Amino acid sequence: MFQTIEADELEKMLKEHFGEKIISVEKLYDVSVAEISVDVIKNVIIWLKENGFAYLTTCNGIHYPDTPKPFCMVYHLHDWKRNLRIRLKTYVHHDPPHFPTITDVWPAANWMEREAYDFFGFHFDGHPKLKRILNEDSMVGWPLRKEYPLEDQARFDKDDKMFGR
Amino acid sequence: MKEDVNQDTKQEVISKEYTTLNLGPTHPATHGIFQNVLKMDGEIVVDTEQTIGYIHRAFEKLSERRPYGQITPITDRLNYCSSPLNNMGWHMTVEKLAGIKLPKRVEYLRIIIMELARISDHIICNSVIGVDSGAMTGFLYIFQFREHIYDIYEEICGARMNTNIGRIGGLERDFNQAAWLKIEKLLEELPRCLKEFEALLVRNRIFMDRTINCGPISAELALAYSFSGPNLRAAGVDYDVRVMNPYSSYEEFDFIIPVGTNGDTYDRFMVREQEMWESIKIIKQAIEKLDKLEDKTSYYAPDVPDYYLPQKLDVYTKMEALIYHFKIIMSETSVPKGEVYHCVEGGNGELGYYLVSDGGRTPYRLHMRRPCFIYYQGYPEMIKGGYLSDAILTMSSMNVIAGELDA
Repeated sequence: MFQTIEADELEKMLKEHFGEKIISVEKLYDVSVAEISVDVIKNVIIWLKENGFAYLTTCNGIHYPDTPKPFCMVYHLHDWKRNLRIRLKTYVHHDPPHFPTITDVWPAANWMEREAYDFFGFHFDGHPKLKRILNEDSMVGWPLRKEYPLEDQARFDKDDKMFGR
Repeated sequence: MKEDVNQDTKQEVISKEYTTLNLGPTHPATHGIFQNVLKMDGEIVVDTEQTIGYIHRAFEKLSERRPYGQITPITDRLNYCSSPLNNMGWHMTVEKLAGIKLPKRVEYLRIIIMELARISDHIICNSVIGVDSGAMTGFLYIFQFREHIYDIYEEICGARMNTNIGRIGGLERDFNQAAWLKIEKLLEELPRCLKEFEALLVRNRIFMDRTINCGPISAELALAYSFSGPNLRAAGVDYDVRVMNPYSSYEEFDFIIPVGTNGDTYDRFMVREQEMWESIKIIKQAIEKLDKLEDKTSYYAPDVPDYYLPQKLDVYTKMEALIYHFKIIMSETSVPKGEVYHCVEGGNGELGYYLVSDGGRTPYRLHMRRPCFIYYQGYPEMIKGGYLSDAILTMSSMNVIAGELDA
């Protein structure tokens, strides 16, 4: 189990500086998760970095189709001094989605953002070299988006209605 | 003053031209498929352009169509030098999501497996550092112990390399007598061989000259590049997930985290070397703890029938067991809705799984935090200004595993 900063404490701390741009803070399992408006996400990350959360564990994209804001970017931060982990989320609805880059905050974010671009088509404004990283450059489409289904070709017996779903 | 003038005139007269050198994708010196386009000034590396993704297998996408139990074999193929560590990390992630509490015995057994995997991972890396710096002998001595460790895996799970070891909610079977004997034999023989290996390299003048100050990285830079594991500890930061966020009862064990100072190849070698000794210590402690436990039989969490295959005998005689058997085999176990991040100390650092579940039979999204993928970004910084041969040695000492890099 991880230690985390309590949700209401994090909410108070962030709201003091960023006001209404902090949409919600909740605790999911053992980590506090803050949802933040995309226009301040970079400022929040820089502020958090200055206030202890100096290690970028990882960041990745998620696609939630059929929701008002389907494109989500998740940042996992870790404060080693107090051993606290938090997670930040930011949602966008325009396609192609644009996020600010955090490559200048942590150079480690470079490839993580390229990965999110490669798989989800997220654009990171200000990224030094935004191109595909794991897939072929000539590839068309964004493979991890839900509109590209991966079919289980060998199995025809796995019909959802058989199992009451 | 005179020198300055000379240099100025030199720069005017000689126009510098750099050589471009294509190192890889397949090159015998870069154990794995990596391409580095090096910009060279004579024999000095000026800049590097990395291309990765040659063995990309879309694990994150595959996981979205696979039931939870069937994702374990995918995780094998991340860092294939220490598959059990990846497997355990995955099981623990699902267990955290489903709130499964394991008996102490299972946690100790898992620790034995994980530490064996760490030893085999470090054996490969360290012996290959020897080979790349021109010392084949050490490799020949110690590499057989990786075989012995694979023999132990074989007794535990039936496989050697891509182990698929353990299940969500425990292990698939208990250790048999042969496995215990082999572990005992390994603990007896490995320290002796490890000492011989260290005698060959650690204070060897040639090896030291070759590796000290080869591919160094400062702690600040390593942190900016989100390094973790032995590479970060070699730079002097004592971050270890086993201590920071103990899982599987690591908090009960007594071991130290070795750290280096310069973050160069020698430090990375020494950190891994020392970690092997610590792993041996941990395995011995785990065996002691197992002996003290009253519980001598359990190897899975008995209160989670939805996740754990019932005994075969029960399947034939009990309705309940038959239903669970069918459900599990047909991958009809659904885990609760939620999202969770869990990480273990893999062979190369913090190996994390970020799992988003919508309550269905497969994950909604699975993101793997592969330490290699993240720290390989720092490679150009580490080899800048060094020799080409140092670049090769630096890469093997970083233990960049193509499977983990490309996922």
